[in-house]
Amino acid sequence: MAELEIEIKNKLGLHLRAAATLVKVTSQYKCEIMIKKDEEEVNGKSIMGVMTLAAAQGTKLLFKATGTDEKEALEKICEIVENKFGEGQ
Amino acid sequence: MRKIYKGIPVSSGIAVGKALVLADQETLVIKRNIPEESLETEVKRFQAAVEKTKAEIKEMQGKVKKEAGGKHSGIFEAHLMILSDPMLTTAVEKHIRADKLNADYVFANAISGLIQSFESIEDDYLKERASDVKDIGKRVIKNLTEGKQETLADLKEEVIVFARDLSPSDTVTMKREKVKGFCTDLGGKTSHTAIIARALEIPAIVGAQSVSLQVKDGEPVIIDGLLGIVIVQPGEEDLKHYKGKLEEFLKQKIQLSKLKDLPAETLDGYKVELNANIEIEDEAKFVLKHGGTGVGLFRTEFLFLNRKDLPTEDEQYTAYFLAAEYLYPYPVIIRTLDLGGDKFLSHLGLGREENPFLGLRAIRLCLAKPELFKTQLRAILRASELKNIKIMFPMISGIEEFHKAKHILEEVKTELRKKKQKFDDAMELGIMIEIPSASLTADILAKEVDFFSIGSNDLIQYTLAIDRVNSNMAHMYNPLHPAIIRQLKRVVDAAHKEGKWVGMCGEMASDTAFSALLIGLGIDELSTAPVAMPEVKKVLRATTMVAAKKIAEDVLRLSTLDEVKAYMSIVNKGDCKYCK
Repeated sequence: MAELEIEIKNKLGLHLRAAATLVKVTSQYKCEIMIKKDEEEVNGKSIMGVMTLAAAQGTKLLFKATGTDEKEALEKICEIVENKFGEGQ
Repeated sequence: MRKIYKGIPVSSGIAVGKALVLADQETLVIKRNIPEESLETEVKRFQAAVEKTKAEIKEMQGKVKKEAGGKHSGIFEAHLMILSDPMLTTAVEKHIRADKLNADYVFANAISGLIQSFESIEDDYLKERASDVKDIGKRVIKNLTEGKQETLADLKEEVIVFARDLSPSDTVTMKREKVKGFCTDLGGKTSHTAIIARALEIPAIVGAQSVSLQVKDGEPVIIDGLLGIVIVQPGEEDLKHYKGKLEEFLKQKIQLSKLKDLPAETLDGYKVELNANIEIEDEAKFVLKHGGTGVGLFRTEFLFLNRKDLPTEDEQYTAYFLAAEYLYPYPVIIRTLDLGGDKFLSHLGLGREENPFLGLRAIRLCLAKPELFKTQLRAILRASELKNIKIMFPMISGIEEFHKAKHILEEVKTELRKKKQKFDDAMELGIMIEIPSASLTADILAKEVDFFSIGSNDLIQYTLAIDRVNSNMAHMYNPLHPAIIRQLKRVVDAAHKEGKWVGMCGEMASDTAFSALLIGLGIDELSTAPVAMPEVKKVLRATTMVAAKKIAEDVLRLSTLDEVKAYMSIVNKGDCKYCK
């Protein structure tokens, strides 16, 4: 299992479209991906799970990936979060 | 196995029959058991409906992309993902198999669960996303039922409806002959649905917590709308007991309905105005059916509660006009906003008060927020074209307050005249008497108002300094207290001296134990809960005015509450010396 803590940088947080972008990425990988915020943990491939985290700008999320492509998955996730889901702010 | 549940009784009567369990309130999905061998077909049916919905969304997405460009079609992408989300689809499939229930029901429940979790998020943006989920839910349900969605208006067999909640429109369109009663998990005594149930005389229980999840579709049930009891899988004993009760109830109802077209008149020919208290315009439709001759109190607060914004002038106008139209030519007395106290409006931005019943409520609130008040007055005036509307101000404490309120009314009238808007210029203007300072100065007020309507609940509470919902004190709350009886007499005398009439619209007016006493004291109009009208009429028609006056005289001579109670219990047993 690989873990990585990532901070949400974009202004709007993990709202609908950002969540959709994230889930689109996570769904491409075979590994199981879970996202943890405080005590809450959701399936990283579930758009509604991701949305119910209500992660605003500045929230730290722990991504946990388990499977053959776990490393690549986390790298890609890190990239799109850092890239503010392509929203530019 | 026999099980008993308890809820809040909101509409009396008894219903014995089979349960019909509805899932989500908006989609009215019916719960059905699916036999083991058909479970896979049911799962496939669900998957097909999801695929069909996805195809529809993709088509819309394509259209929007073409017309508005790629930026706006992202929302559809998200909707598609929701439909592929294992949190939804896998969960639904699992539940269809495990609970052996129909896809429509399982799916509708899953959607309500998701909506709830979205709505509970402390983030306005995400809260709003509940509507996306709702929307998707509706689309899938439509495809599952292939548009042939059943509603309560096309029921084919007699049922007792169980639901999480029912919307007022569901309640109104219910096929009365088929729905013998209903029970909801949510709601309270004054919820919209409860009010409509009473008006339709459908036995109903609300606030029964999770009963709709416990009851299975088609199970035999009994609901007792008087006691708020639900019996699932009743035994022989229950059925026998309730069969007797039901017969008794129906016999009584038939008797009372015979009174419908007879006047509320005493044996010696004295006519009493018998009117109804209503909360929503739809109730006005039932007033004449219950044997009333008008509305003595249209509580307008309902238009303002359970919503995030204020009702517009047009919305209010529509409600008032419809009530007046339903009842034309009979009168409708509209009481201006009585908010505050126990009815709190969060969106007016008012802070909590230490002592709301002595605080900024009713007319005081309206005078403090003149724009709110003016909007309502404009709506009422515009709705008065048929000339059967009267206005009354609540919580008037004295003549100055009446002057201030009337002044605002005059301003609105002038404004409307300028706009050449038609309204009833001769409309009667009354006040509620519910504060001792008003009853003590009734002689002054009577010179200027057209009528009084006594709000007994508040008048008793303020006179006796008893909070009737406080369980420590409630036993001391009694309408028969000599201080109350004397006050009623003073108010009536003051009004009659000026040739004005006096009504009563509090709970005291609905209680048949007081009917004779009240008319004996000279009250001209009784405005009661719609269902109480036939009972009150029955009592009035068995009384004489001569006896009623003597009863009132006797009671006015008594000095303790116990004496009055003892005296009235003799009267109500029919043993009164004047009644023979």
